[in-house]
Amino acid sequence: MRKTNTEKLTSQSLISRRALLVGGVQAALVGVLGARMHYLQVQESDQFRFLAEENRIKVSLIPPARGEVFDRVGRSLAQNVPSYRITITRENAGDVEETLARLGKLISLDPNLLQEARSQLEKRRGDTQITIADKISWQELTRVAANAPALPGVEPQVALSRHYPLGADFTHVIGYVGPVSDYDLGRIENPDPLLTLPRFQIGKTGLEARQEEDLRGKAGTLRVEVNASGREVRELSRVEGNPGADIQLTVDHMLQNYCQARLGEESAAAVVIDCNTGDLLAIASSPAFDPNLFVNGISVSDYTGLIEDDHRPLVSKSVQGTYPPGSTFKMVTALAALEAGIVSAEDSFRCKGHLEVYSQKFGCWKRSGHGNVGLVRALRESCDVYFYELALETGIERISQMARRLGIGVRHDIPMSAVAQGLAPTKDWKRSVRGADWVIGDSVNASIGQGFVLASPLQLAVMTARLATGREVTPRLIKRLNGIEQPSGAGAPLGLNENHLRQIRRGMYEVVNHSSGTARASRILSKDKLMAGKTGTSQVISRRVKCDEVPWRQRDHALFVNYAPYDAPQIAVSVVVEHGCGGSTTAAPIARDITLQALYGDDPPLSEYPERDRGRIDSQQRKLRALRPPADGNTTGRGA
Amino acid sequence: MSYLEYNVKYVPTGPRKLLYLNWPLTLLLVAVASIGFLMLYSVAGGSIERWAQPQMKRFAVGFLAMIFVAMVPIWFWRNVSALAYGVSLILLLAVELFGEVGMGAQRWINLGFMRLQPSELMKITLVMFLAAYYDWLPLKKISHPLWVAIPVLLILVPTLLVLRQPDLGTAILLLTGGGALMFMAGVHWAYFAAVITAAIGLVAAVFQSRGTSWQLLKDYQFRRIDTFLDPAADPLKAGYHITQSKIALGSGGWTGRGFMQGTQSRLNFLPEKHTDFIFTTLSEEFGFIGAAALLLLYTLVIVFCVASALSNTNRYGSLLTLGVTVAFFLFFFVNMAMVMGLIPVVGVPLPLVSYGGSAMLVLMVAFGLVQSAHVHKPR
Repeated sequence: MRKTNTEKLTSQSLISRRALLVGGVQAALVGVLGARMHYLQVQESDQFRFLAEENRIKVSLIPPARGEVFDRVGRSLAQNVPSYRITITRENAGDVEETLARLGKLISLDPNLLQEARSQLEKRRGDTQITIADKISWQELTRVAANAPALPGVEPQVALSRHYPLGADFTHVIGYVGPVSDYDLGRIENPDPLLTLPRFQIGKTGLEARQEEDLRGKAGTLRVEVNASGREVRELSRVEGNPGADIQLTVDHMLQNYCQARLGEESAAAVVIDCNTGDLLAIASSPAFDPNLFVNGISVSDYTGLIEDDHRPLVSKSVQGTYPPGSTFKMVTALAALEAGIVSAEDSFRCKGHLEVYSQKFGCWKRSGHGNVGLVRALRESCDVYFYELALETGIERISQMARRLGIGVRHDIPMSAVAQGLAPTKDWKRSVRGADWVIGDSVNASIGQGFVLASPLQLAVMTARLATGREVTPRLIKRLNGIEQPSGAGAPLGLNENHLRQIRRGMYEVVNHSSGTARASRILSKDKLMAGKTGTSQVISRRVKCDEVPWRQRDHALFVNYAPYDAPQIAVSVVVEHGCGGSTTAAPIARDITLQALYGDDPPLSEYPERDRGRIDSQQRKLRALRPPADGNTTGRGA
Repeated sequence: MSYLEYNVKYVPTGPRKLLYLNWPLTLLLVAVASIGFLMLYSVAGGSIERWAQPQMKRFAVGFLAMIFVAMVPIWFWRNVSALAYGVSLILLLAVELFGEVGMGAQRWINLGFMRLQPSELMKITLVMFLAAYYDWLPLKKISHPLWVAIPVLLILVPTLLVLRQPDLGTAILLLTGGGALMFMAGVHWAYFAAVITAAIGLVAAVFQSRGTSWQLLKDYQFRRIDTFLDPAADPLKAGYHITQSKIALGSGGWTGRGFMQGTQSRLNFLPEKHTDFIFTTLSEEFGFIGAAALLLLYTLVIVFCVASALSNTNRYGSLLTLGVTVAFFLFFFVNMAMVMGLIPVVGVPLPLVSYGGSAMLVLMVAFGLVQSAHVHKPR
């Protein structure tokens, strides 16, 4: 087809116009591209550069080794042991099921963990390591490692886990660690990022929980460059963390072991404190349990067993348990009266088996009465009426004040769980807490450690140490923290009249060593190791039949406190046996055995015991020796 | 149509034709391709063998093809336009029937010595045939409905075939490029207004169709649109491409992180970093200056092509040049807009820079046609 020149010209100008229009649109769009480029690359550049860095760098934490715990002679009580587990990475494993089947032939796989691992394998990214076997033995680990070529994507892993070599002996003191729970995280403000690491262990109870900050240490950081699939390309920098601080306790592991073993199956507690330094040499509570069970994840049946046991093994009775101190409180009443100048040691009262106060009858344990009793005899024979009389004169305020001076009703801050405050009652306390006025009968009851008065075995030991030394002995559980010796608990003099103290001590001496003393059966024979002590039997409920004829739960608590040697006090001991019936029959022999162990640093010679007991003591010693922990090679001596 | 019909005063012959090539355009193409070599070297982590060398070989082949096409008189190309279009259409149909499936889409046809993408070929031959059509059509009939319906069919048939593969990016290019050529040829503007209105209606229909039995787009295409509208909603899956590419671009700043220093591309955060997303690597490593420089080079290519078209009184040569220009523009615009998060992710390579054989070859042949029109334009 031919075209005329004019037609050609028209078409040409039309093309030019339209082409310029399209060109204009193109130019505008290029402008949009340029503007967008400028926006992204210049205006928003900082933000994107930050995002790129965030993309590129993965910061991971290097968990620090937890601080270890030692006893006063350096025996390891809590340590870190390698824990072995097996992980699988899906994208490296090829046929996952085939690999798992092969692995199952090498080591036994826990079906629960396997099921969990299978669901994780489906959900998580292909390069995530998923645990398929945990807490396996070294033998199993090497078996897996040796077969590595047949197990693609399977990797043996080594981490540190807590182990308590002495098991149940220290469980109430040190407690145990466990994996961080949501509850734990919720309790902590601003939690350490370490806590979010999988399998990170923190202290759950006892020293492990109270000293968590010291024991945990500081995490190191590892910055690695990762590629898009999250695989590490290279390490950029590594900052090593600080391992947790080691802690040395004042407790002696051999004495602690003896105390635990001696308390046996009783629901009981015993505390041994150094009178001169306040060092807690033993702080036992029974029954105990193996803390390693909790670290490894306790089985439901084991846990139910612990929860349902009526002897309450999970409770650390030496510091958490509070009991009416019974007659062991009589020293407090007596000292309060002496210091107030109301009576002197020579003054005596007449006990006719009971005391009538405003037509209410308060009985003495000895229904027939003690006759005329002075201070020393009242302590020796534990005459209740004598102390009723003192309380009527002295008043509860002065008695409670003396109790607090001696360490009852005040919280001793030692790093164990739920350390109890006990109670030294006052009129104000009763009004505000009980909403009733103090009546004279309350004072009468308090004078013999019944009624409202409550003390923990730790407080009773502290009281005894303070009576023995006249100083404000303060209990100390940590000897060295991170190698630094902690302040001694020797304390300043209490400012008590030495003459009064001497009378109290004399009374306590006669309790054990006088022919009519309530704890005469539990005396020590060596002249240089004589004990001074006090029995206590605190009522759980009022009853008229003999103690061993009622159900266990209704029986009286048996208590005993003592220090030794009488003329140069070294240690103070308190023993509480829940529902043990008699302080003199149940608690005193235990306290005597513990005292001898502490003073000798080993089994005492049988010559320390009254002749007729020696056969029985000998077989008991043999039995308990079998429960001693084996020597660990590092530590031999005992330093009581 | 004979040589004399053009009423030309002077047309170079023989080797002299080389002197009349559009040399600024030629140099610009070499410059753009060289940027591509550099970036392919960088994203391969400093390996020349991996992508840069094969790309250089292809560019060399493409360059020779361009010169060859440029030497052939433009009227020859005009006369084979219909044939070329027909062959492309048959190849597209062949792909539909026997094509290999790669990357989840039927796009390739295996010729034995090379794997050909007929949709690439169609981008050029459609422009050729439309230009020839409007060269042949008298100006009076140009806006007559019947004579408008024919080119519309010529555009829609390959577009629908490509869409079936599915290759949304190429379909859009064919549709927009063809439409632009019709517009420049002088079809009445009312048609375009009507089509744009209809297009808006269609988009509405597409969204309406979602989840019904007559769904018009594949699920992954819908997801890409969703992702485009809100990339943050799914940053690890579909939104990943856009998010990572914006991070790479943005972190470049004014001057970039330096050659081979881009962490986003080096550490594989970028998807398809050597093909569709190569622009992000350039932007990350050379910053705003580098990215703007490439944009400037592309713009200059357009400017020289449009200048050549406007100075060409041969209607076929002029329309062909403009058509190739619009296609070229759409290539780089869609790619850059995509990686910068302005439009949804559609699989369109960055012209002359992205790694890829048939796209490069087809584009060089297209510029060969532009050169031929330039060399043989009436003077």
